[in-house]
Amino acid sequence: MTDTDPTIAEYAHPEKLVTTQWVADHADDPNVVIAESDEDVLLYHTGHIPGAVKLDWHTDLNDTVIRDYLSPEEFASLCSSKGITPETTVVFYGDNHNWWAAYALWVFELFGHTNTKLMNGGRAKWVEEGRPLTTDAPEVFEAEYDVPHGREDGRIRAFRDEVRDFSTAGGQLVDVRSPEEFSGERLHMPDYPQEGVLRGGHIPGAVSKPWKAAANDDGTFRSRDDLAAIYEDELGLSRDEEVIAYCRIGERSSHTWFVLTYLLGYPTVRNYDGSWTEWGNSVGLPIEKA
Amino acid sequence: MLPERLQRLVDLFASAPKELRIQALLDYSRRVPALPDSIDPGDLEQVHECQTPFFLHTELDADGGVRIYFESPPESPTVRGYAGILHEGLDGESPEAILAVPDDFYLGIGLEDVVTPQRLNGMGAIVRRMKRQVTELTAG
Repeated sequence: MTDTDPTIAEYAHPEKLVTTQWVADHADDPNVVIAESDEDVLLYHTGHIPGAVKLDWHTDLNDTVIRDYLSPEEFASLCSSKGITPETTVVFYGDNHNWWAAYALWVFELFGHTNTKLMNGGRAKWVEEGRPLTTDAPEVFEAEYDVPHGREDGRIRAFRDEVRDFSTAGGQLVDVRSPEEFSGERLHMPDYPQEGVLRGGHIPGAVSKPWKAAANDDGTFRSRDDLAAIYEDELGLSRDEEVIAYCRIGERSSHTWFVLTYLLGYPTVRNYDGSWTEWGNSVGLPIEKA
Repeated sequence: MLPERLQRLVDLFASAPKELRIQALLDYSRRVPALPDSIDPGDLEQVHECQTPFFLHTELDADGGVRIYFESPPESPTVRGYAGILHEGLDGESPEAILAVPDDFYLGIGLEDVVTPQRLNGMGAIVRRMKRQVTELTAG
């Protein structure tokens, strides 16, 4: 099932990334479900890859009462409704350089569904190449999905108190927000509403490396050599130690989590999904301003 | 008190099930008229609070009604949907009627089940900037 395209083969885990052509070739593969996950929640409805299902990060993946992800029961039910079995290969793509696609992939892996891939370049590349979009609803048959044994939060997800200890111990923390958010000058990305957090700055000890460093302008990932130059040489991130990435709510850092874990092959990377909207607002937590 | 056309839209969203709200917002995103040649794109004001490019311009017509013009790219259907709602609900209304629309008229009508709170704030920003423009138009 691995895409043998040379642009994919160079990465540490080529089984986790596919080209738009691979997706087109597997349109009718019964073992594959294509899932679109966007920031703009209406975008899927204006036209999507034929056969693709929609995964709404906001209403499908998050609990509506607790700031947390679905329960294992709800996850199983979601997968069933999208025609996904535990054996299905789920290929994610979306708008905005695959932020929400990477986020959805990460959430699937929280439930142990690791048979996942990201479509390199996301929705924009598919459109740019003139490939077909449709507004026809995909034909989805209810699938059997056994309820997973809990969530694997410990392996790829970091919580506030763990991050505090990690920060105190001098762990490798990567802040993937914009430089203005890192310094404390802004509370959100440039051109976004400045709101939602009481203090600007970053977690003590974090290094700044905006997520965009890992992406080409067409939305695809930069080459393995380029990525190694940034994360291994420039930031000096060691593979022998854990890395924790964060942003504002965990979507941009899912992108960097994917890069470090699957494109560069770092063995232990966690995403702190509480991110700045939790840390910056929390009582008793220190911040640094650059 | 909302103008009658806007009130009808609000009632429609408030009473529709979630799936229909998505479809309705999508329908309104397709109903934003193209910018007429008579409008200079340089006169458009950008609504920076929106997460995607969005531009707004208002003028008074011969009858004293407010004409509202919007511009935003097709790959941003959510904010285009807001534009469609505001155009359908308010274009041609009197300045007084527009200034009387509460900045948060869109809260509690069910859009929050469809759109994230942060994105929903974009609608309020558009309304506030539109009302400010109308105030300036009528002051002149």
